[in-house]
Amino acid sequence: MYQAELLEWPYPVNYEKENEISTDVLVLGGGIAGCWAAISAARKGVKVVMIEKGATIRSGAGGKGADHWLNTPNPLADVTAEEITNMEIESNGGYANGLSRYIAARESYDALLDMEQLGGKIRDTEDVFKGAHFRDEKTKFCFAYDYQNPCHFRVWGTTFKPALYQECKRLGVEIYDRVQATSLLTEGGEQGASVIGATGLNNRTGEFYIFKAKATVNCLSRHQRNWVFSTETVGISTFRPTCVVGNGYAMSWRAGAKFTMMEKSVRNPMSDGWAYPPFGTGNPFTTWVPCSMVDADGKEVPWEDVNGKILSNLEERTRPASGQKFLGSRETDPRWRAPHLISDLPERVIRGEFKLPLYANLPDMSDHERKAIWGLMVGEEAKTCIPVLNTYTESGFEPQMDLLQSYIMLRGSSIGDRMPGVAASMAEPASKAILALPQERAGGETGNAGGLIVDWNLMTTLPGMFAAGDALFAGNYHNHAATTGRYAGRKAADYAMRVADKPVIDRKQVETEKVRVYAPSKRKDGLEWKELTFAGCRVMQNYCGELKNDELLKIGLIWIKDIQENEVPKLCADNPHKLGRALDVIDIITCDELILQASLARKSSCRFLDFWRLDYPEDDPAKWHKWIIINLESGKVKIGELPIGFWGPLKENYEAYNRDYVGLVSG
Amino acid sequence: MVREKIYATSNPPAPNRPVIFDADICNGCNTCVEACDADVFIPNPDKGKPPLILYPDECWYGGCCVAHCPMPGAIKFNLPLMQRVRWKRMTTGGHFRL
Repeated sequence: MYQAELLEWPYPVNYEKENEISTDVLVLGGGIAGCWAAISAARKGVKVVMIEKGATIRSGAGGKGADHWLNTPNPLADVTAEEITNMEIESNGGYANGLSRYIAARESYDALLDMEQLGGKIRDTEDVFKGAHFRDEKTKFCFAYDYQNPCHFRVWGTTFKPALYQECKRLGVEIYDRVQATSLLTEGGEQGASVIGATGLNNRTGEFYIFKAKATVNCLSRHQRNWVFSTETVGISTFRPTCVVGNGYAMSWRAGAKFTMMEKSVRNPMSDGWAYPPFGTGNPFTTWVPCSMVDADGKEVPWEDVNGKILSNLEERTRPASGQKFLGSRETDPRWRAPHLISDLPERVIRGEFKLPLYANLPDMSDHERKAIWGLMVGEEAKTCIPVLNTYTESGFEPQMDLLQSYIMLRGSSIGDRMPGVAASMAEPASKAILALPQERAGGETGNAGGLIVDWNLMTTLPGMFAAGDALFAGNYHNHAATTGRYAGRKAADYAMRVADKPVIDRKQVETEKVRVYAPSKRKDGLEWKELTFAGCRVMQNYCGELKNDELLKIGLIWIKDIQENEVPKLCADNPHKLGRALDVIDIITCDELILQASLARKSSCRFLDFWRLDYPEDDPAKWHKWIIINLESGKVKIGELPIGFWGPLKENYEAYNRDYVGLVSG
Repeated sequence: MVREKIYATSNPPAPNRPVIFDADICNGCNTCVEACDADVFIPNPDKGKPPLILYPDECWYGGCCVAHCPMPGAIKFNLPLMQRVRWKRMTTGGHFRL
């Protein structure tokens, strides 16, 4: 039942009470990257502490499930790690994290087999799909998207997170659930100095935590809720889980870490409060590929390949076209673009050739293909097991008899607008602005967004702090979070073993942080976190929307500074849960500032960042084809730059940094 | 005629029932409270009774609470009304919804 009456807070509250914990490796965030980092660090024999804002058993964007393990070279595919990484870099015009994507491509298959050893299901062991085109009979692996040159695995990802959690516990990782990280502790309390731990708040008891660590791995996901917020549908308005707000970004920014690509934001294709249950409508994208689609009269909507060739059967939708070596999962670059519905569908609907609404035609598909979509992909993907598969089944939906409605054409804009990645290929921002409401933007939640800059150890620019998963700039995907977490964990353990001295915490830094953390709890009356979140979004909608110029961005920064100085000091929170949300909105506003500053620093437009400047309209001119680096130094914003491809030769550098892992040396 | 008392109530957030508990089946073990990422629930002060939904607005509708419930039928997932999608039965043309 919904609780409307006044009740005493159910947990013992001890504001300001300090808990001090020392460790070798501290992992911030217990999602996919965090658990893998904790496991691989613990395997090295060092002490590991992991803190998690929610509950580790299912937390994180991939904690509820995963349907695919993407971009993974493996013995059955004729695809190299270099080719995979090249696809990811080229598809983004260079604006991708070549370094972390290469690490992922090199170790993704190892991590997948590792996942199986821990109890995750990665093969069709029950032979449900025996004889299917997408199944390898010997290994029982099932593949998605490209059945001919298979590098995208279909997986039973609902089994993953509980298995990772159990392994963390088995290895003796000390887990602190319901403790949200609030700040990084640095040597001497200085901005830009080595990270020697973090502080945390228990959002049930209000107790304070001081973690001292020789190495810290930031796995705190990224910023969210900067443009889109609904006061009453807080949770269903974001693609990543509710508790993902960019705490890790905000605290790293305050500590002086360097970021890049923070100016990128895209039209938000799927996560506003108006959305349907994710992956729960009839459609032909990602999880639902290669679903047959029909119109209201049952007329089939044709698929075409990248060359515009109409495909006559389902098998053709799952193999590379002439001239393609392998298919990406959602790349729009013609070299890797997968088959899709006919490009001129909107025009043909307008001409009356197809009648709305459209439907997913699961009944028309073979048993194997239908069950692969409805049961495997929808069922194992995040948020689909209970919310979609079980709920629809209980309501009487029968995939072999029923046409599930599609809503993609009912929105008024073209079908392409609903497809992730398409925004980047649209060259005319002015016409888009007419079609789009300004609030439908997102930075972090749609993937491949800005974040922390790292080196080949996945160490950030703050010595002692590593990063993995969504915390990395241009990170995305479950397998990327898993492999980079697994990698950063072992690097952090190596680093911790080299640190001789115990970290010495600067007491003044702790005291200052305690004052900041508890301030909202001391006010009886004031501003609630929701109103401030809403206001922050309005600033970003108006001054950091689709079309930008210096004037707009500067007004945005004036607004943010005003909020920080005049509104944040009014925040009030009358229990530890709301105190956590109040700290969240402060971090969201901090991320707004970071995004606005980064946007101001790039004096050019760039389609690959979906970044459009009215005052600098030229699209990605050579002079600006580079990474803009941004950080705080002595409290002042500092702008730097790095060349695209700053990571150097991928294979050589990876192997030089991982001689132990690739077997060039023992131990 | 005895009139029922009318109260001065505020508007609750809506939607506000991400799950529906069956008080006859639920044993108040609070497994769902502990599985929830967003801490939407609090334990019922009346021990053995279903948890209370304190922050329905923060629910991500991920279904962990239902997935981890040890008592089948004690907790039912309840998608908000505006998220109830439709389908059509191919053979009869009949329309259905969640």
